[in-house]
Amino acid sequence: MKLVDSYMFLDELRNLIYKLLEFRDSVREEGLELIPLRIGTPLVRYGFISMLKGGVIMDVTNEEQGGIAEDAGAVGVMILDKLPYDVRAAGGVARTADLNVIVRVMETLTIPVSAKCRIGHAEEARLLEEIGVDLIDESEVLTPVDEKAHIDKWMFKTPFVNGARSLPEALRRIYEGASMIRTKGEPGTGNVAEAVKHMKLVNRDIATLRGYYMSGDVEAIWVYCKENKVPYELALLTAKLGRLPVVNFAAGGIATPADAALMMWLGADGVFVGSGIFKSSDPEARARAIVLATSYYDDPETVVEAQKMVSEKASMLGIDVRTLKPEQLMQVRGE
Amino acid sequence: MVKVGVVALQGDFLEHLQLLKELRVEAIPVKSIKDFNGLDALIIPGGESTTIGFLMRVKGVDKAIVEFVESGGVVMGTCAGTILLAKSVKDRVVGDTGQFTLKLMDIAVVRNAFGRQRDSFIAKVMVEGVGEIDVAFIRAPAIVEAWNDAKIIAYIEHPATNRVGAAAIEKNMLALAFHPEITKSIAIYNYFLDMVKR
Repeated sequence: MKLVDSYMFLDELRNLIYKLLEFRDSVREEGLELIPLRIGTPLVRYGFISMLKGGVIMDVTNEEQGGIAEDAGAVGVMILDKLPYDVRAAGGVARTADLNVIVRVMETLTIPVSAKCRIGHAEEARLLEEIGVDLIDESEVLTPVDEKAHIDKWMFKTPFVNGARSLPEALRRIYEGASMIRTKGEPGTGNVAEAVKHMKLVNRDIATLRGYYMSGDVEAIWVYCKENKVPYELALLTAKLGRLPVVNFAAGGIATPADAALMMWLGADGVFVGSGIFKSSDPEARARAIVLATSYYDDPETVVEAQKMVSEKASMLGIDVRTLKPEQLMQVRGE
Repeated sequence: MVKVGVVALQGDFLEHLQLLKELRVEAIPVKSIKDFNGLDALIIPGGESTTIGFLMRVKGVDKAIVEFVESGGVVMGTCAGTILLAKSVKDRVVGDTGQFTLKLMDIAVVRNAFGRQRDSFIAKVMVEGVGEIDVAFIRAPAIVEAWNDAKIIAYIEHPATNRVGAAAIEKNMLALAFHPEITKSIAIYNYFLDMVKR
């Protein structure tokens, strides 16, 4: 295209846009409101996540398990093809769950339905949004497709939750558009140790930033951001609030009511339970007990009541994280 | 001074407590029967109605709420709270949910009436006696019917439902299908606090 031609093309384009603007104004003058409902704004996404607080989201693989979760008082379910424990055992590539199964679960449950997509797999995320999933988990439990970058989550109306092992990781995910954070733990182990470690790491970093802020040491916050590859605005907001600027759930290895209550004491806003319920031999009672312990975590009497509802003989056996080889760890995926 | 309790079993009770504190109202979280002492009003917040309904029955909070309302205490339900106050509950997709509710208000609600989370929205709503307020509908229910003393005081126009109820009042009970705490709509809180003084 010659230079003169391209000028003419730009001129045509400008005329077209003017015409569109005129049309829009004429529509408004006729008194037709275009769209009075504001859909998918950050506040709408945040509002939804806020309703989950103090609750338990349970991993399920089909509608029967979904029904058990809803009856037990779960605030939501997370649909997977295999529970994290089985993903670990099966090996191979783990992908998003069967869309037919997700649709069937959505048709039978009244509580929010979430599903996982692979890290960096924007198309799986688009499919999940298209069928109407309420919350998308860009999850390290599935096999990542992009080692460098996560999904640009600002492009979606559906809220996202991402895993994090540390504060810098959490803030990077929030910067990419995550509406919610969860600790990574070590999925499918039935061992809460890693979740505790990650939650405490996040808390300590927040306390450090808060300390810098309270003593007016802006330079120290700059240095923190530079060393940890974190956007300054988000670090400053965290320092001001003294907590993560989004809702933070605990996840990874929660298997008993006491595990859930412990994570709430450590500052979690709620918990995800993966293999802990449906890999135990008393899923109905255990699901109810974990819901109860999460809500009443600050009342030891009630947590005792909850803990008595389950038998330790029925808990999933679990895996000691120290026996896992480095290449078997899921938590290191996508920092 | 007015003392307001917020049912703090699950959901966004902290947002309500925070807003009430900003309005300089004494506000406490309510998790057991003893928390009802000296309360003038109660808020049942948003969250999952099935979860709050289950937790409510564990420590007898459900019976305490019914007693509180019957003895004249003012109560406001938002979203899940409205579902828990209603006598009749259905889900748009699932139909009869068979879930537990307090059955205090003569209203019928449809859960998830406007669709799933991707359809959640913020809109302006005209509430009788309050005026126009900006509020969030998060997987919100719709109030489709009100009978006896219950009266719908706000409507919302939506492509999925046409014109349906968004707020209803019955004596000392106020039911909102939306969340005033997410958009910080103070006007509705003042209306609620005026109900206490009356």
